[in-house]
This record gives sequence, C-alpha cells and structure tokens, in this order.
Amino acid sequence: MSPDLHAEARRQIEICNACRYCEGYCAVFPALMRQTVFADGDITQLANLCHNCRGCYYACQYTPPHEFALNLPGILAEVRQDSWERLAWPAPLARRFHESGVALAGALIVGIALIFLALTALRPASGEGFYAYLSHGAMVAIFAPAFLMPLAAIGVALGRYWREVGGGALRLRHLRAALGDAARLRNLGGGQGQGCNFEIEDRFSDRRRRAHQALVLGFLLCFGATSAGTVMHYLMDWPAPYPLLSLPKLLGVPGGMLMVAGAAGLVHLKLRAERELGSARVWGGEIGFILLLGIVAATGLALMAFGGAVWLALHLGAVLSFFLLMPYSKMVHGFYRLAALAADARAREARGSADAAD
Amino acid sequence: MARPDDLDGPWDVVVVGGGNAALCAAITAAEAGARVLILESAPKAMRGGNSRHTRNFRCMHRAPMSVLTDAYGEDEYLDDLMLVTRGKTDEALARMTIRESEDCLPWMEAHGVRFQPSLSGTLSLGRTNAFFLGGGKALVNAYYNTAEDLGVRVAYQAEVTHVGIEAGRFSHVVARIGATERRIEGRAAVLASGGFQADLDWLTRAWGPAAANFLIRGTPYNRGVVLRDMIEQGCETVGDPTQCHAVAIDGRAPKYDGGIVTRLDCVPFSVVVNREARRFYDEGEDVWPKRYAIWGRLVAGQPGQVAYAVIDAKARELFMPSVFPPEQADTVATLGERLGLDGAALAQTVAEFNAACRPGRFHPTEKDGLATDGLTPPKTNWARPLDTPPFYGYQLRPGVTFTYLGLKVSDRAQVQTPQGPLENVWAAGEIMAGSILGEGYLAGFGMTIGTVFGRIAGREAAAHVA
Repeated sequence: MSPDLHAEARRQIEICNACRYCEGYCAVFPALMRQTVFADGDITQLANLCHNCRGCYYACQYTPPHEFALNLPGILAEVRQDSWERLAWPAPLARRFHESGVALAGALIVGIALIFLALTALRPASGEGFYAYLSHGAMVAIFAPAFLMPLAAIGVALGRYWREVGGGALRLRHLRAALGDAARLRNLGGGQGQGCNFEIEDRFSDRRRRAHQALVLGFLLCFGATSAGTVMHYLMDWPAPYPLLSLPKLLGVPGGMLMVAGAAGLVHLKLRAERELGSARVWGGEIGFILLLGIVAATGLALMAFGGAVWLALHLGAVLSFFLLMPYSKMVHGFYRLAALAADARAREARGSADAAD
Repeated sequence: MARPDDLDGPWDVVVVGGGNAALCAAITAAEAGARVLILESAPKAMRGGNSRHTRNFRCMHRAPMSVLTDAYGEDEYLDDLMLVTRGKTDEALARMTIRESEDCLPWMEAHGVRFQPSLSGTLSLGRTNAFFLGGGKALVNAYYNTAEDLGVRVAYQAEVTHVGIEAGRFSHVVARIGATERRIEGRAAVLASGGFQADLDWLTRAWGPAAANFLIRGTPYNRGVVLRDMIEQGCETVGDPTQCHAVAIDGRAPKYDGGIVTRLDCVPFSVVVNREARRFYDEGEDVWPKRYAIWGRLVAGQPGQVAYAVIDAKARELFMPSVFPPEQADTVATLGERLGLDGAALAQTVAEFNAACRPGRFHPTEKDGLATDGLTPPKTNWARPLDTPPFYGYQLRPGVTFTYLGLKVSDRAQVQTPQGPLENVWAAGEIMAGSILGEGYLAGFGMTIGTVFGRIAGREAAAHVA
C-alpha cells in the first residue's frame, strides 16, 4: 500500500464529498457519498470503480490553479495502478510491464522467438494448415498452461483485492449487475449517455466507449472462434483448417477486424488525451498493451490470409506473450473493474436495505 | 490566442464578462447573426465568474418539466422572493423574470446544459430548482463550446477598464489584455461583469475595517471595475451600496474561491459562541436553509469577525461533512483551548446551556420546539445538552457571496441614466441583479436573473445592430 497515494486520494475525496456536484456522472460519487470516513480499502475500491471518463475533472471548480488542486481522475488512476501492481504476483514484474511499452515489446519478441524455437524443434511429420508447422498436441501443451496459469495468478490477485476492499459475500445478482454495467460501459457514459471527456477536453464524446467496445467485442468473437474450433476438434472430430463459412472463421474474421479497429481507435484517442488525468507513469505500458492486442489480431488475420510458418510464429508468439502478460499488464483492468462493480452493486444493495430498515 | 490585429473590431456586440449572463447574451446575439466578442478578465482555467460555483437554476413551471417535479407557479415563486427580500424588489421586473424562467430551461438544454435530479441532501429543492449535471462549471463549459461553435470570439485575461460612452452612445471599451492596453470598438455593449465583492478596498469602504476579515466565497475576478466606471459616468444604480450577501462559512476557507465546500451546516445543532466564548444569537431560530444567510452578518458583527460552533458526538452525522475536519477533544474545556478560546469560559457557557435544556422529542429536519428555558439568548429549537464526548468545534467567518449595488436596468435590460436609457448598452447578471434582489437570497435565483437578462440583452443588442 502506498501511504502517500492513499493520503492524497483521501484529501481529494473528502473535498468531493463536501461538494457533490458530480454525483450524476458515474458510480464513484454515489459510492463515496455513502461514507464519511475513508479507509485505505475504500479508496482502493473507489479507484477501481473509476473508469477515467474525466467528466468530474472538467466540471470541477477546484482544479489547478485553485489551491485545492483537485485532479480526481489522476489520483484515482495512480491508486488503481498501484493496486494492480501491489496485488499481483510477483509485484516487481508487474510494475515493469505496466510501466514500460519497451518491456512489453521485449516480451513479445521473446514470445515469438519461443514459438520459432518450438517450430524448429517440434516440426511434425505431417499435418494440414498450420498443423503442418506445429501439431495440435504441441499447441495445447504450450497454450493450455500459458493461458490457465496467468488466469490463476489473476484469481489470486482478485482474492487479495476482495479482502482489501471488504467486498463481502458475493451473489450472482451482483455479478450480473457488474456485467451489465461493463457491457454498456455505463460509467463512461457521462451519466446521461453523452460520453466522456477523454480526447477533446471538456466536450463530450462517445468515441472512447465505442472503440473500447469494438475491441472487447472483437476479443470475445476471437475467443468464441477458438472455443468453436476446440469443440469441433474434440467433439466433432473436425480439425483445422476450417473453410470460410465455418463457425471459427465466421467469428474469428470479424473479431480480428474489430480488434484491429478498436485498438487503432484507442491508440488514436490516447495520443490526443491529457496524460496527467490518468497515470502518466504507465502511459507507455498502456499504449504498448493496446498495440499488443492489435498485433495479436492483425497477425491472426495475416496468418489466415497468407498462411506460412512466419505468420504462424508471429501470431502464436503474440498470443503467447499476451497470455503470459495478462496478470502484469493493462489486461487486468477488466477483472478488477468487474470486481469493483460487483462490490459496488453489493454495497448499494446493503445501503438500500439499511435505508428501508430506517 | 487572438491575433492582435483583428481583435480591435469593430465588433457588432462586445460582451464584457465571461459568466452565465455574458454567455447567454453572446450566444443569443450570435444566433441572431451578430459578430460577438467576449472579454473575460479571468484566465481560461478560471473563467465563468461566480457561475462556476453555482449548481442550480430556479425555474417557474406549470407542470413537471425536465428534472423538475410538480408545479411552481408565478405567485408562489414571487412569494418566496418577497419573503427573502422583505419586499425589496421591483415587482414588475421580478414577475417578468419569473415568467421568462420557464422558457429558459428548454433553451438551456438546447444549448448544451444538462440537468440532473436534485442532489442528495437538497431534496427540498427538487420541485423548484433544476440542478446542473456536474455543477456550474459544467454549464459554463457547455456554453463556451456552444458560443465557439457559433463563431463567438473569446479573449481571456482581458480586463475591461473603461467603457467608452459619447453622447449617450457606447463606442468602445478599453481593455488590458496581457501587458497591453487596447481600444476595442463595437456597435453595442452587454455588461455582464459581476459585482465588486472581490475588491477588498471597496468592501472596506462600505463595511469598515471589519471587511478585512471577510472571506470571498467566489471568484477573485469580480472587482467591480466596470460597475464603478459606469457609476462614475453617471449611470443610475440600484441596491444598497453598503450591503453584501454573506453566509457563515468555515473560518479556514481560502481567502477567495472556496465555493460550496466551505459551507458549514452545523449551526442548528450547535452552541455558537464568539471569541469571548459567549453565545450571541438563537442558533435554532429556524431550519438552516431559511437561516444560513443571516449568520454571515451575525458573525461579522462579533469581535474579530469570528465565531465558533461547538457540537457533541450526537450531532456529528446530522449535517453534510465539511471539507475541513473539526477540532476535537474529550472535554469542552480542552476543545475550547484547541479552538484558541478560554477553555474554562467555554465550559461555563456550555454548562449554562446544558442546564437550560429540557427533555423532549428531538427532530433534526423540522422545527421541533425543543427550546432552552430561561437562557439569554434562547435556543428555540434542537436544544439538546452537549454531553456526549468527543466534542467538536468549527471556526466560523463571514463568507461574502455577492454585493447588492448594481446598475439600474429597464425590463429590456437597457442601462439607465438620469437622462434616459443608454441607446446601445445592456446589462445582465450580478451587475444588475440588485434591481430584483434588493436583500437576502433565494437559492438558484442568481442564475435565473443571469439567464433571463442575458438572453434579453443579447437579443436587444443583436436587434440594435441588425
């Protein structure tokens, strides 16, 4: 826990709690108004609930040069970032990759090199499509642990988060509420669907929400394509390659295209946005992470179009590094955000029944 | 930044000021086809005058409208105004303003302002006042964006020092922009540059040396330069030149611009003493929304312009949290010393108060009649003994919101002189609000006056130059 960050966040939150003009923007303000005393865990929770829409910054009469010097999205981004690095295991690794796009690029190169190595060492005698270069068994042997172990690490981190913020007993309905909020990115909607204040200062825009959801939808379609392929392989005895009019391709091709478009959009917006309203320290790592997602998708599309060992190595290398970096990169934001939204749904419900009992 | 060669005009309409009234005037004039220049004395980050600290708009409506519930008719609205001003208003002008407010709300929404349901803790205003999503600065931002889209030019850090009037006609302003003073010509002027409450010398002349201890709740840029210039040029005034609207705020607030977070709502649940540790007024006279405005003056009348509100643990959760944590102690005497008072004297005052409290039903949100017995001055509601440690104390000082002295205007916002109205000068907002609000304050009414008169001024100025 970083005492300086939490103390500064507490100072700012207490000013917000005495003002409350921003209560209509997002879930953070109603959540902070439910309290008068803010423990460190409460601040960690508020920080993860914040989606960095920046509406409160541009509406605030206390931003610099005012002596109160409020920058709520900035300090919450720092606390949030700190929590992802602190609660991850091993934490020093997390800090490195979160901060540095160069470190991410290094990891990407290592991932690609490993796949080249595997291609050279494990080249199968026969096989169709990309299985001509790497057998299905070898792929499963590499990617199953490379996917599941990072997920387990994220699970441990979320457990630590839940204890720190005092999340309490989680019910399915809290998770459903969280998924609903995430699906609509309600907290990037400015409270009335007008969008956020990300890339054109105090004017509202919905571009960030759209680009983000294109990326998410694309990601889910690609995930669906892989799942469909797995089902077809094991249950229908129908191994790859698949024709264009099959489920893996019908899901994967638009999925990859959406991911590329979403990533390009997010990078474009991020280049125009004010860095000091986020965590400026990790700007490079965030850009690097978006580019990594874009590269995963673009190499996948290229592999489908052109085939060959080189595209296969580039794509699988990118996927491998993405998987392994999940607990130590911006990718964790999705998990933490869902946890924070679920905890908030639970807290709202608890408050609701307390009010009813009054 | 504006290119120096094209700033000098001539412009169709020169708007002096950069808050709500100025922006409403500029947008209205620009939509009517006028070439408009806004001269805002603050830098961009601090633009918007006192509007940046506001949060709502009091609006007449005959049926539910936007976020407003139920109905709020002309007569009820006027009654509310009469109550706070004790009749010090121009009824015809007030009625016109109230009637016009109904048209303003949809206009505001159409020009980028977003409303939200009444903020928590202000439910009593949900019928009468429409709250801005994000508060007044969000409104100001929306209007600047709308104005910019209409081609209105804005110059920041542009302080108008003189309004050039020759033979009853406006011809130019003199403005200091950055380090240079320049003459900017225009065919019409809208003056919307606020009151003079940030000019401490002026306040001191009006109030005496006590004014040096006042805190200014709003922008430091309302120095009344244009108001004084117009008065010196013989324009008619309204409003008591020696009066300002002041509320009791946390004594640790910044000298300027502390805004909403420095308010303290604890008085009805407190024992309030001066620096001699003596009580001086009935803390429980009425519910806080009806009494907070008189406490500025009450504290201003005490030695050193300072007072101290003392509560015990029972009252801690009964009011909105203040931005500054209270002093705290386990005995009243120690608390007194921490507040810089004579601890024994404070303990004595609280003991006398406690002895005068009677049993009865305490109800924090309405007048409960729980009064002291045989105490001078009495506390007529919410009088519970301070007996549950820890005890908490807040320092109170007068916080000036606005001044009443302003320019007299017609119902078409035209600035008046003894020889008749100035042909091409209009005024809107705080600089003329004294015409309608001669005393007291009604929540959200400043924004109503600014919006109504801003739109009228913009319309009339544009018609004049068309």
